[in-house]
Amino acid sequence: MLSRVADSLYWMSRYMERAEHTARVMGVHWNLMLEHDAGSAAEARWRHVLAALGYKEEVRDDAFAAAQTYALDQMASAIASARENARQVREQISSEMWEELNRLFHESKRIAEPEFFGSRPQDVVTSVIRSSRLFQGITDTTMLHGEGWQFIQVGRSIERVQQTVRLLSAHFRAFYHPGADSMSVAEHMEWIGLLRSCSSFEAYCKVYTAEMRPERVAEFLLLNAEFPHSVRFGVERLRGSLESVHQATASRRAERLGKLAGRLTAALSYTPIEEIMSNLHEFSTSIRRLCGQIHGGIYQVYISYPIEAALEV
Amino acid sequence: MATARFDADTDHTRFQDYWLDSAYDEMFEAEGVPRAHYRGLYDLLRDLPLTEMRRRKQAADTSFLHQGITFTVYGRDEGTERIFPHDLLPRIITSKEWGTIERGLIQRITALNLFLRDIYNEGRSLDDGVVPREIVYSCKHFRRQMREFTVPRNIYITVIGTDLIRLPDGRFVVLEDNLRVPSGVSYMLTSRQVMRRIFPELFRTAGVRPIDHYSEALLGTLRALGPEGRPDPNIVLLTPGVYNSAYFEHAFLARQMGIELVEGRDLAVHDNTVYMRTTAGLRRVDVIYRRVDDDFIDPLVFRPDSSLGVAGLFSAYRSGNVTLANALGTGVADDKALYAYVPRIIRYFLNEDPILDNVETYLCSDPVQRSHVLERLDKYVVKAVGESGGYGMLIGPSSTAAEREEFRRRIQDDPRNYIAQPTMQLSRAPCFLDGSVEPRHVDLRPYILFGDKPTIVPGGLTRVALRKGSLVVNSSQGGGSKDTWVLH
Repeated sequence: MLSRVADSLYWMSRYMERAEHTARVMGVHWNLMLEHDAGSAAEARWRHVLAALGYKEEVRDDAFAAAQTYALDQMASAIASARENARQVREQISSEMWEELNRLFHESKRIAEPEFFGSRPQDVVTSVIRSSRLFQGITDTTMLHGEGWQFIQVGRSIERVQQTVRLLSAHFRAFYHPGADSMSVAEHMEWIGLLRSCSSFEAYCKVYTAEMRPERVAEFLLLNAEFPHSVRFGVERLRGSLESVHQATASRRAERLGKLAGRLTAALSYTPIEEIMSNLHEFSTSIRRLCGQIHGGIYQVYISYPIEAALEV
Repeated sequence: MATARFDADTDHTRFQDYWLDSAYDEMFEAEGVPRAHYRGLYDLLRDLPLTEMRRRKQAADTSFLHQGITFTVYGRDEGTERIFPHDLLPRIITSKEWGTIERGLIQRITALNLFLRDIYNEGRSLDDGVVPREIVYSCKHFRRQMREFTVPRNIYITVIGTDLIRLPDGRFVVLEDNLRVPSGVSYMLTSRQVMRRIFPELFRTAGVRPIDHYSEALLGTLRALGPEGRPDPNIVLLTPGVYNSAYFEHAFLARQMGIELVEGRDLAVHDNTVYMRTTAGLRRVDVIYRRVDDDFIDPLVFRPDSSLGVAGLFSAYRSGNVTLANALGTGVADDKALYAYVPRIIRYFLNEDPILDNVETYLCSDPVQRSHVLERLDKYVVKAVGESGGYGMLIGPSSTAAEREEFRRRIQDDPRNYIAQPTMQLSRAPCFLDGSVEPRHVDLRPYILFGDKPTIVPGGLTRVALRKGSLVVNSSQGGGSKDTWVLH
């Protein structure tokens, strides 16, 4: 497969996941604000949302307006970028995939506007999430599960892992008080909100009941082996897809990449939750750093490798 | 047809808006009398109820839409994608007529290829005064970088699309040669697939010669041009990318041939060898069917601001490690000023009379011819020599005084850049337009392949000026296409 094609498929998938993630976080916090925020609480919430979505600049005043603009822009531009990448490789994806992505793109131009969002926030969020999931389903049923499909899995997994880890880390920084024995109703709702932002609330309840304990939430979102939005699940999927690509291309330079993916899986398979909780931020930073290295490795091995390196075989 | 004979005959109501004039009519030899090879279509049109005709038109349009057969119009909203307009009724050519076209095109292409070989090497035809040197050297498509270089099998032009028109006396003549990167063949192929579904009864009885082997023939042609010592060459199609007007065609042909569709950024040159960058490492490329213009092919040699090409590609080409089809610099032979010399080129290289004639052409670079043209701008079609696609044209009889003044100024500023031809009466063929059958002007572009030998699939793209009275058939200017049937 041409490197350019792999690159486009990878980014198409990453951007789609990013759009869905942004929509989920946005929807959850909008609801929490309506139910619980009084006075200055909303300001703090949107500052937190901005941090969780990776906003780098300083927020001066009106964090709500800033968060809304930033999140809607990020969502719309992620959808546009996903479509642009798909357009570059229309011959490689199924026409059903293209149609759905194209439809979402045209819809997003209308709905990802602050006025529209302000009047019907839930419709916007639901529409993006549903379309993203439909797109995944269409991808799985209409595309050959060959190398291209594996690059799509790689893109989605790496994006989901990075976003989930960042969200979790920001949330703990804002709401976690180690050793506290009781939790206010409002705090309780924030933890549910975190789970909902990862589509995980119902699955969490099945494993731990509806009792909210921050350590369990962390354990579930990081280490659960069976839930598709958990970090561990994501890195397993990432490693598996990278392995399939390695086999399909028989690339000799992919060994280092395999080792990085192995280290990442090992961290999530074998680190006890107590150890993680003792320094959650360091742990999440190390996960994100490894993801960054894997991303760089994919480029070095499959996409923008130097010609000289490829000729030394 | 506004004649008593037609009006009296109620069977012919489908043709009530049809009329004949001085142009050659593809379907009727006289009013109410279809030519023999159009009889089947004529009967069908007469017998099919209007609702059924409309249903078939609808089915054809839907089919084009779903296949995503589109082209891009430049200069409006930065590339609007449109469905290619298509007329329902086929254009039919007899086996005898085709025989002449085929022989004429092979003769012409063979001569032009020899001419290209000559001007880039010994230049005998220039020494012998067949073509004035200044016409060749002042052409903006002349590539001095191609001098004294033997291209594989001495084939410069591999894929050619020649535009023919039919004069009132029924003769086909050549209007234009397209020797650089001609497009449109995908419309020829897809339109045939659609038509087979729409007119099964005609296909059963008419005896239409197949064209579906075009992609295979193209692949075979490209394979024949592989570099020495590469018996199983890796062939790719180089496209400028998704924003190019013919991207649909590039993707279509690559898929039909089963070859990789690449962009400049997918290729890299190392040690005068071209590679494509794949996830499994670099893979050598042997033959490039390039749909990128000369100017953009290699920023080191041609336009340095091009990001569509590949740095070092030209050097690899000259080293014989990769074949480009078409070769570079072929545009000099389809320059509209050089066109006037093609009959002489045929006589000089082949010692034969041209089978297909040219259209009478005046060169504005010649003072006598120029003043002749400038005095009669309202009678002539003026064309810029290096343009294609119907851009940069003045159609005298339908022009305004201001447009004529504009062209007068342009011709005087840069005479070498303009030629003039009499307004041609293009032949007309029946079109199904909004419920009735009306005549519209058509041309014909057959596609010629030249690898180890010239091959022409029997057919081509019939372009039709869908606007009433219009003579401009280019898709960018309101033209459409018709399926072209060559009979056994």
